[in-house]
Amino acid sequence: MASAQQRQKLLILYLSTSALDSEVKGWTIYDGTGREHHTTGDGLERPYATGMEALLDGWRVIQFPQLIPPYPGLEYSTSFKKNEYIFEKLETIDP
Amino acid sequence: MSDKQLFVYSHQMAAFVARGFLRFDEIVPDEINQAAMSAFEAGGIQSYPAGTPLGECYPEPSPIGAMLRLPQIQGILDSLVGPDPLFDHHANHKRLPNEGKGQGLHGDSIIDTRLHFDLQLRYFPHALPLEMGGTLLLPGSHFRRINEMEVARYQNFLGQIPMVCKAGSILVLHHGIWHCGRQNQTDRLRYMYKIRLNPTVRQLRLWNTDDLDDDSSAHQPIFAGEKRHDVQAILAKLEPWYEAGDGRLEIVNRTLLWRFLTGDEDFDVHYWLTRLENMPENRLSA
Repeated sequence: MASAQQRQKLLILYLSTSALDSEVKGWTIYDGTGREHHTTGDGLERPYATGMEALLDGWRVIQFPQLIPPYPGLEYSTSFKKNEYIFEKLETIDP
Repeated sequence: MSDKQLFVYSHQMAAFVARGFLRFDEIVPDEINQAAMSAFEAGGIQSYPAGTPLGECYPEPSPIGAMLRLPQIQGILDSLVGPDPLFDHHANHKRLPNEGKGQGLHGDSIIDTRLHFDLQLRYFPHALPLEMGGTLLLPGSHFRRINEMEVARYQNFLGQIPMVCKAGSILVLHHGIWHCGRQNQTDRLRYMYKIRLNPTVRQLRLWNTDDLDDDSSAHQPIFAGEKRHDVQAILAKLEPWYEAGDGRLEIVNRTLLWRFLTGDEDFDVHYWLTRLENMPENRLSA
């Protein structure tokens, strides 16, 4: 009898501030089990209201966003989303 | 020159500066929509060399030419890019039925930090229910300095807008706005025609400024909690997806573009720039 295997499920949350318990503004999900297929613009509602809610639901944080000072001369420009937290869950699949 | 009454007004222009788009529902008559669909299904629309004056493109009979020459469309184009813009390129975008995924979020062309802006007109010749996808827009993303598909990792944001509309609807977009083609989950082919236009005149008060008065640029109380609907209030409205800090910088970006478009170098919103520009050098006399 084959043993169960694990696959990684990733949740990326874009938060309002660098605080993990701040509000979720954007989100991305990649499911290594193949059960869910997420794509651009498929979410009508955010999965969690805050990053902390994800933690309480069993997601493990695997990346905290670094706090990087603005490059000189670019203090007032905006670019990529800051406050990008990456979470994972390991999910069991049948081999 | 178009009828000035058909031009965009200042509150609409402020909304374009703030959010990076304007939307006009059902403004193209059905006979043009039907003719455009027939042309798309027959294989497409003739293109032109980049830089061709728009007035030399799409001679009659052409459904795209008929759409672009509608007085209301002319008023919109004259307001945003001025008379005699140049044809940059066009595309007849198709999204296949029951496709497996949506297009990655992106900004068109390459990173582009100009205050001058190109306009992308998007024409939806048939009705678009939500399950058919529609172009996905991220309002207020047009100042973010990114290069094309670098933002494809981002799947969803609060406040994103899937274009759900009736036939004959138009979007006009700032060149920098983040967008993508949402997944088409129907069994029908989806069409969307886009054309990019370059201005040939300085974009300075091209719209109908009859509603722009001295009060528009007068400093206002900060954090007063007033519910206002003037230009400053439109430019100060944050998008739901903004970070707390960068949201304030987006208001600064909007203010700089409004100054550029109006020529009013003292204009400000929420005193964000005036405060920084206050660097007195005059010394107290003894």
